[in-house]
Amino acid sequence: MSNILQDAKNAVQGVAQMVMQKAVQLAPDSFIPGGRPDPLIREQHGNVGKPLSRLDGPQKVRGAAPFAAEFALDRMLYASVAFSTVVRGRISRIDMAAAEAAPGVALVMTHLNAPRMAKVPLLMSKPKAAGGIDLPIMQDDRVHWSGQPIALVLAETQEQADHARSLLRFEYETEPAVTAFAAAKALGTETGQFMGQPLKMERGDTAKGLALAQYKVDRTYTTPRHSHNAIELHACTVAWDGDTLRVHDASQMVAHTAWSLAQVFGIEEGQVHVTSPFVGGGFGGKGLWWHQVLAAAAAKLTERPVRLTLSREGVHRVVGGRTCTEQRVAIGARADGTFDALVHTGTVVISRHNPMPEPFILPVMSAYASGSLKFDLEVAHIDMLANTFMRAPGEAVGTFALECAVDELAVEMGMDPIELRLKNEPEKDPVTGAPPSQRDTAKAFRDGAERFGWSKRGAPASRREGEWQIGMGVATACYPYHRMPGGAARMTLGQDGSVVVEIAAHEMGMGTMTAHTQVVADRLGLPLDKVDFRYGDSFQPGMVMAGGSQQTASIGFSIIAAQRELVTELLKLAGNSSPLAGLAADEVGGVNRGLGKLDDPDRHESYASILSRAQRDELVVEGSAPPPIEVQHWSMHSHGAMFCEVGVNGVTGEVRVQRFLGSFDCGRILNPKTAASQFRGGIIMGLGLALMEETQFDERLGRIMNPSLAEYHVPVHMDVPEIDVIWTDIPDPHAPMGARGIGEIGITGVGAAVANAIFNATGRRVRDLPITLDKLL
Amino acid sequence: MTPFSYAHATDLAQALDLATAPGAKFLGGGTNLVDLMRETIERPAALIDVTGLSDGIEEREDGSLLIGAGVKNSALVAHRAVRTRYPVLARAVLAGASAQIRNMATVGGNLLQRTRCTYFYDTEGSRCNKREPGQGCDAIGGFNRIHAILGASHACVATHPSDMCVALAALDATVHISGAGGERSVAITDFHRLPGDRPDIETVLEPGDLITAITLPAQRLAANSAYRKVRDRASYAFALVSVAAALEVSDGRVRDVRLALGGVAHKPWRATQAEGLLRGGPATPGAFRAAADAELADARPLGENGFKIELAARTITAVLADLAGADA
Repeated sequence: MSNILQDAKNAVQGVAQMVMQKAVQLAPDSFIPGGRPDPLIREQHGNVGKPLSRLDGPQKVRGAAPFAAEFALDRMLYASVAFSTVVRGRISRIDMAAAEAAPGVALVMTHLNAPRMAKVPLLMSKPKAAGGIDLPIMQDDRVHWSGQPIALVLAETQEQADHARSLLRFEYETEPAVTAFAAAKALGTETGQFMGQPLKMERGDTAKGLALAQYKVDRTYTTPRHSHNAIELHACTVAWDGDTLRVHDASQMVAHTAWSLAQVFGIEEGQVHVTSPFVGGGFGGKGLWWHQVLAAAAAKLTERPVRLTLSREGVHRVVGGRTCTEQRVAIGARADGTFDALVHTGTVVISRHNPMPEPFILPVMSAYASGSLKFDLEVAHIDMLANTFMRAPGEAVGTFALECAVDELAVEMGMDPIELRLKNEPEKDPVTGAPPSQRDTAKAFRDGAERFGWSKRGAPASRREGEWQIGMGVATACYPYHRMPGGAARMTLGQDGSVVVEIAAHEMGMGTMTAHTQVVADRLGLPLDKVDFRYGDSFQPGMVMAGGSQQTASIGFSIIAAQRELVTELLKLAGNSSPLAGLAADEVGGVNRGLGKLDDPDRHESYASILSRAQRDELVVEGSAPPPIEVQHWSMHSHGAMFCEVGVNGVTGEVRVQRFLGSFDCGRILNPKTAASQFRGGIIMGLGLALMEETQFDERLGRIMNPSLAEYHVPVHMDVPEIDVIWTDIPDPHAPMGARGIGEIGITGVGAAVANAIFNATGRRVRDLPITLDKLL
Repeated sequence: MTPFSYAHATDLAQALDLATAPGAKFLGGGTNLVDLMRETIERPAALIDVTGLSDGIEEREDGSLLIGAGVKNSALVAHRAVRTRYPVLARAVLAGASAQIRNMATVGGNLLQRTRCTYFYDTEGSRCNKREPGQGCDAIGGFNRIHAILGASHACVATHPSDMCVALAALDATVHISGAGGERSVAITDFHRLPGDRPDIETVLEPGDLITAITLPAQRLAANSAYRKVRDRASYAFALVSVAAALEVSDGRVRDVRLALGGVAHKPWRATQAEGLLRGGPATPGAFRAAADAELADARPLGENGFKIELAARTITAVLADLAGADA
């Protein structure tokens, strides 16, 4: 460990160590009804809950944190990808003479010479399947979308590869394609499926509820395509050693990627080693795409290591993002605001080789109680690149429609939109009927309203400052708690009393490593500098995807399981001559660099002493997280209240967000510093979704026209106001550490909060994202 | 990027001589040209670096300002005479790009910026008459929200992206050119071309011509001038519509006015018709709006950019009203 890392840990350690003198009881191995919650929830004086700075911050600032495209291997070749320019058809001719003759070129790989490879198993089709596109990769002459990789040039430098690639010429036999939303819809739709569930349900009679309702809204909302634009481009550096494949990847799923690549090349899982120590932003896009497979194939053909960094254009053409949606929300309410009918239906377009239907109906499954409820997501098929998971898939755009509609109803009724929401706060899960594990949306709204000054909100179009019309809006944020099966961790306790925790999890910049170092230190009663949390390696235990905001829970339970193994083994090793003699695992806890009896601090022995007496250099244990049964017993969702103040220029229609507050109810916050950053990052991404982000997909050409950060707009600093974030910090008794993941919720509700604020400022309702100035002139 | 040779010219004569090589292009800050080379839209065989050849700003006795073509954007806006006598120019330059880019970009290069039409950039996937004359234009009928409403042709609807040039158009700047035929000067409003049938020919420059400087004439009313840029985010985006204006009002009447528009045409659009209507007329918002409407009477919307007509009219009116201040 670097000195700077040590210093950072030591700096915050002092205080925590002084007060953390009580043993922390081991957590139970599952949180079943009637069982006891994680004892760590109660601990207020340890490292958990402290604003520890990122432990890897100094490394990143110094450029010492290696990213996937920074591993330089001997004799490495650089790859450049050629993309198809037609939508559908066959490649009839490839002229590669000029490219092959260009300086530095080692190989041009096309379907004519690519090695035979199996299809990448499609995400969610198998436990460790990671593929985002259900097609063979460069195995035939077929083109399925405009932008499909059709050749790879390998050269001694990136510049040589890029130049040679520009000399390739392709001819196609094109075939008719469906590239327009309306045309795809006209060909027929089918019910969308997500995680194996059909996205369709009706409880009660919504048609009757709407017909009889005293107040009613029934509106259509549309959202555009969005493309992944993490700062770090998708990249990998790969090398074969005989039949063993080494992959330096930028990944949110190292274990899945290793297993899936093994299927592609017909080798054992253990023959693929994927590591991803740092990721420059994931957001759902850093999975297994074609570039890793193509790089490995090219490395096989050339018998040399290969680095493949997708260009920004390449990320837009291969990785994709969120698909577009057309949503209808209808709400029927009584005079007091009680919902009698709630309907959220609509259509998305996806490609046929695609597992991801952008499930915008997810928010309506948890947000409100209603006398009757209906949702239905229909899928139309189009010839385009696969869309994929993008921060809060479903919720980000679903909350735009739902929460605008609630606002419209509140306006219709002359009711405060917060009171209307709280009037319909459900007591049980609107779909399953399960009780909430922890839910205090009302507190999030009330605290937020007070801090934001919501009571100062005026009537629509009533506040003006010079050219600017000012308004406030609010919306609900929501995201479910998930935990996928397969979490596991290894703990190696050393004779110096330090512990190494290994788990195949991921650090995409959100602070996972830092937060879980805090958790492990508190559970084991160790100072931070005695905890080494290692992650991002497919050879480590666990199948922990950094997606669905589930990594915190998955790691949390894996550590609980491993600690139980560790303590059980330690008590055996301690034997009869230890102060701990005769104690069971549940009678002791981690404290003061060792184990102590829960109610008798004098019965204590340090880890170092136990190992030393047992003449052991180290103790290695592994623990596996239990199946995620907590989600079957409880309705587990995070919520929040998003408050926005905008100025809309009366002359030009320009929108400037002036203030923003996110008030969250997400269980216990492990590290307020990294959490605040993650909330803010989500909100900023939401401001982009609200005001400017749009993938321009030319429906005539079937092609993305703005694959560049110059023309694909995300917020710049001047678009981002001071963002205030607060949270209830009420622990979820049925989640490890009392915490629910917070990676996605920050983006949800933002689009609606902005749109509702714009309505309050101007009296104009825009139901089509992004809200650009032309829609407000 | 296609391989090319590189030479740094030490004086004007050498630069002009090197430029006779086939496929040669002059290189200023490279902030647009190098991007276009990376996209293989530009494929020069030789780059002749002319930075440093003319990087001075000279205040002349007749009150004019001579600005070397190699002056960096950041140096231009830092110059006291520019800030005080031609604030519209300083504000226009500061409205463009980012501080880092302005530190590199030159005045001469800024004049030669190429359009941001996304079909122009898509070298392999779409048609563009500017890239390949006669090929056709996919922007017509496609994504044309940022495209031209004035002076476009059936061949091209692209806009000129520069902010600086809009201010220069309002200020009656002159462009000084050296080439095989010696030296000549061209009014900024004649420097850029409308697309017509040959949108690939964007200026009056002949092969081998080098922009050496621009002159801003002495103009009293330029001290009361402004630039307003309307765009899709607060910074680092090209203008949907921009307005450069200078105004002199006395006794409630417009004594003199200069008005130019950006983001609406293939070139910076000098609004001579509006100026004619305004000059001598009342300095009122109603008169400003009427003049704007007259200038935009010939505007022709495409599928997505019709909003620019109203936006331009409103922005012109607001900018002129601001400049008129208490006199309006």
